Amino acid sequence: MFTPVTTTPEKILQMLAALLLFAAVMGVILFFAGRFGGRRGDRVVGYLYLAPAIVMLSVGLVYPGLRTIYQSFLNAAGNAFIGLDNYKTIFTDHDQLTVLRNTVFWVLITPLVATGVGMLYAILVDQSRFESFAKALIFLPMSISFVAASVIWKFVYEYRVDQARVKQIGLVNQIIVWLGGKPQQFLIDSPLNTFLLIVVMIWIQAGFAMTILSAAIKAIPDDIIEAARLDGVGSWGMFRNITLPSIRPAVVVVLTTIGIGTLKVFDIVRTMTGGQFNTSVIANEFYSQTFRADNQGLGSALAVLLFILVVPIIYYNVRQVRQSEAR
Amino acid sequence: MTTAVPLTTATTDLVAEKPTTASIAKKRLSRPWASLTAIVIAVLWTLPTFGLLVSSFRPERAIKTTGWWTFFSNPTLTLENYRAVFNADTGVNLGNFFVNSLVICIPSVLIPLCLAALSAYAFAWIKFPGRDLLFLAIIALQIVPLQVTLVPLLELYVHAHLTGTFWTLWLSHSTFALPLAIYLLHNFIKEVPPTLIEAARVDGAGHVAIFFKVMLPLLTPALAAFGIFQFLWVWNDLLVALTFAGGGDSVAPITLQLANLSGTRGTAWQLLSAGAFVSIAVPVTVFLLLQRYFVRGLLAGSVKG
Repeated sequence: MFTPVTTTPEKILQMLAALLLFAAVMGVILFFAGRFGGRRGDRVVGYLYLAPAIVMLSVGLVYPGLRTIYQSFLNAAGNAFIGLDNYKTIFTDHDQLTVLRNTVFWVLITPLVATGVGMLYAILVDQSRFESFAKALIFLPMSISFVAASVIWKFVYEYRVDQARVKQIGLVNQIIVWLGGKPQQFLIDSPLNTFLLIVVMIWIQAGFAMTILSAAIKAIPDDIIEAARLDGVGSWGMFRNITLPSIRPAVVVVLTTIGIGTLKVFDIVRTMTGGQFNTSVIANEFYSQTFRADNQGLGSALAVLLFILVVPIIYYNVRQVRQSEAR
Repeated sequence: MTTAVPLTTATTDLVAEKPTTASIAKKRLSRPWASLTAIVIAVLWTLPTFGLLVSSFRPERAIKTTGWWTFFSNPTLTLENYRAVFNADTGVNLGNFFVNSLVICIPSVLIPLCLAALSAYAFAWIKFPGRDLLFLAIIALQIVPLQVTLVPLLELYVHAHLTGTFWTLWLSHSTFALPLAIYLLHNFIKEVPPTLIEAARVDGAGHVAIFFKVMLPLLTPALAAFGIFQFLWVWNDLLVALTFAGGGDSVAPITLQLANLSGTRGTAWQLLSAGAFVSIAVPVTVFLLLQRYFVRGLLAGSVKG
């Protein structure tokens, strides 16, 4: 039951066995919970209900997290304490500085552009006849994997040798050729390649921004809109003075959510360039250092840095939302 | 600036649809430009996928020598690419990985869903010492990036002799899902009117009965929303799969095989295109069928902050 399986029937059988085992555990918990009636038994029931989640989170999240923090102070092999050297490497090593620079590009550009496009599109298709269809088009990329999205975009950027009788099969290069230019090997051309990878993330996240912002726009009270309209507020004024302030909390949430997602982006970089040609970012570098270069210390430090960078974004988010609620 | 609308339709418009700031802004933005911009965005967002979809039905030679747009002047259709990605002889054998993805997904959705529902109920409706502190701690865990946990978790699995089995993926995905799941379901569960629960308690129902008879039916939309969310997340995951199932084909999900294919045979577009669409088919279907729940979950999850 806990051993590797290879054939399809075995796999399905193991899955069913796992589900049965889980059901049995749940059954035991509920059986004991059922025996404690009345208000005094409450605390026992509470702890019983929480027990599996707390055990899993302690073993699977809290302990590993603390251990990674500890490992970030160890050397590559994980057997000697080297203080803050791994962190020093991240902020001084030439390659690592490129990684940091790329991460800054990703985290600054993706949320802003994705949110901008999402907001513009939400406003443009609002209450049009094809609203739900139009939204589904933009939203669909959100449901597919980053890997599949990367394959889709790799094909868009595909390059064929620039020779007579060799035709371009990637859309971007073909458009360049049609316009009389020379085709480019986009993905190896730094720093342009990083921006082309960011396009993929924007393509995925714009749908998320659009959905949240569209709901926020529809929730603006009618009387405010009506009053502004009677005052003869123009379209730009309407957007600046009514729409934007009303949906501000939603905008903050969208920006920060996409920002955090972007910070952890790994699949796109790995699938499209493997982090080569100066395209690596922190999350990808973490993987390469830990599992490829066998430098666990540096890998752990990169993971911890990722964690540290998430915190101010969350802090900003919570503060902004609190402020708007207080108002 | 304003477009002239005949009076009759103007009045019906007012009744039929509520004007929003967006619609007003858009109307003043003079319609043709607004429509054109929307169409340009929609085309930009659809064209990349469409190009690869068309390619997946073209013969290998055609894909590699001409652009997919020439398909419309010279259409040749084939299912050969799809046959090839399911064929074990090409080395792709997607069928195997498709099964793996399903086997990974089902427990990884059901287990956290059940555990989170129980926990959310406990946090919302049972009084016990340390409740608020525990709740805060679990919610705070949402911000922990997966990367921080992977290496020590892998070591734990090695000690437990679980490497190379689905257990590593089931346990990891279930654990990682819990903080968000508990948070979302708690938001939903605490809105249930207390009178419902009081009434059930007066009738002598314990927490088990209340959970199953009162809460679970009310919770269905929230459970559906999170279930879809988690399903898409697990199906589309690459990082967790690479870390724990990178070694063997017998547990690797379809995303992993597609990523490997893209890395080792990056120019085999006949395989990559068909492979990509096989891997996309399930999440897109789930999404299109259950869009309503998914969007609701998204709104509940993010806007409440």
